[in-house]
Amino acid sequence: MTELLQHLIDHIDPYYLQILVNSGIGIILALGLNIVTGLTGQLSLGHGAFMSIGAFSSALITSKLGLPITLNLVVSGCITAIAAAVIGMPILRLSGDYLAICTLGFAEIIKVIFLNLDITNRALGLTVAPPESFVPLPILVWFVVVFAVVCTTLIHNSRFGRALSAIRCDEIAAEAMGIQVTRYKVQSFALGAFYAGVGGGLYAHFMGYINPSDFGFLKSIDILSMVVLGGMGSISGSIVGATVLSVAPEFLRFMASYRMLVYGGLLVVIMIFRPNGLMGNVRVTELFLRAIGRKPHLNTIDREADRGDS
Amino acid sequence: MAILELNNVSIRFGGLIALNNVSLTVTQGSIHALIGPNGAGKSTLFNLITGIYRPSAGTISFKDMPIGGAPPFRIATAGIGRTFQNIRLFGDLTVLDNVLIGAHSRGKQNLTGALLGFTTRVRAEEGLLLDLARQSLATVGLSYRSFELAGNLPYGEQRRLEIARALSLQPDLLLLDEPAAGMNPQEKAELLTMVKRIRSSGITVFLVEHDMKFVMNISDLITVLDYGEKIAEGVPEQIRNNPSVIKAYLGGGSQC
Repeated sequence: MTELLQHLIDHIDPYYLQILVNSGIGIILALGLNIVTGLTGQLSLGHGAFMSIGAFSSALITSKLGLPITLNLVVSGCITAIAAAVIGMPILRLSGDYLAICTLGFAEIIKVIFLNLDITNRALGLTVAPPESFVPLPILVWFVVVFAVVCTTLIHNSRFGRALSAIRCDEIAAEAMGIQVTRYKVQSFALGAFYAGVGGGLYAHFMGYINPSDFGFLKSIDILSMVVLGGMGSISGSIVGATVLSVAPEFLRFMASYRMLVYGGLLVVIMIFRPNGLMGNVRVTELFLRAIGRKPHLNTIDREADRGDS
Repeated sequence: MAILELNNVSIRFGGLIALNNVSLTVTQGSIHALIGPNGAGKSTLFNLITGIYRPSAGTISFKDMPIGGAPPFRIATAGIGRTFQNIRLFGDLTVLDNVLIGAHSRGKQNLTGALLGFTTRVRAEEGLLLDLARQSLATVGLSYRSFELAGNLPYGEQRRLEIARALSLQPDLLLLDEPAAGMNPQEKAELLTMVKRIRSSGITVFLVEHDMKFVMNISDLITVLDYGEKIAEGVPEQIRNNPSVIKAYLGGGSQC
């Protein structure tokens, strides 16, 4: 089985394979940030730092402990989540711009710490050995993507997810409805960081080399752009946004030095014509239910409920 | 029997004494109104009861439990639902989601529950919350709006939705902060019947309102605040003829 899959992977052009894997990792990261920023409404500019925590812990776990990759990813995700919870408890009392600046500062601190620790090999960065894995890494990445999409969908449609969106809309009203705002914010922050940790671990193992400078401010902004471009709070949006932003720079490669210019312009144009993001007003589940003819007409049922009461 | 008791409650914001030694008792099963001129401290008192502010002095107890200074979510969970003077709905969520969030404290599922959303146990709880939400929407007659965004509703319906959201919490005490504000006479009449119906379902109602006709028609007991102090309390008839209330509202004395 493993050999068959490996054979399949070998047939894909390495260049396209890399784009494919990068989009997958982008989707995982964007889904995580989307929980924090899109669903809970807390602007975080430190998602890249969480990714680096995941990447370095995952790399170190492989080299020091030699855990199998799936377990490794779970552990590094947990480490990242714990770090996020610890940092989140004090700073999530802030909101809006203040929180954003705080997460930014935190991200810089993490970078500087990794640049100065011996265990992370300082500014030289770490070389990551290929992991022990039952499937080839690119396929594992997309396994994780599917798993992450399913989990995020479940979260969105739960009591937990509703509490998070209530916090986004109005914290005071949410608290008056019995929602423990600070606790939910920390949980959402840690959950988003868990995704980032897993994404970082996959990134480290796929790239084979990580450097603290790879996860700077620009990385955080990249992930934020994916979320905003796709549509805040939209799962399909994170998928589309991450894919577009991972693929577009490659497609624009023929323009050589004008590439980033056009890329930037593209972002501006998309945001002007789709201010809510590419998938901002599209409800994929509803479209799907309607397409297979299973959209329940609750509106008519509830109209009768009103009448029966009066 | 008292459901809510305030004992010599005061709150200061810097040098301003917003409430000074206010004591009052809300009787179980009653409709109690709180009135007073603008700036009298009515909304401040509501914010104290629901934990948004901490009292500087005095005690507040709900069902014989001290709640003064407890965080708002705990007070809500204990059974006090509220609406806000300036509507605070979750505007970009649907009407149904709004009331479902109101039912939040009647559920228990956390993050693990969310990830196990496909299991029967979790779905049973979701169904329970949904029933609760549907029921409170029907009480205010907004079921037909279930899937619209709360922010798109007309003003009067937004006020009703706030009440429905507070009802989903299955409160023992419902605080309504100016429920009739901005409503036309017909809507006010409907609101009156609705509030009476809520009371007869066993929920005590404590409300702040400026519309005197509404207050006089609905209240069992009225408390009057002025400049942060309680100046009168009684049944509507007594309040209507109370000289200090008339003075507070219309001004008085020889200087003008």
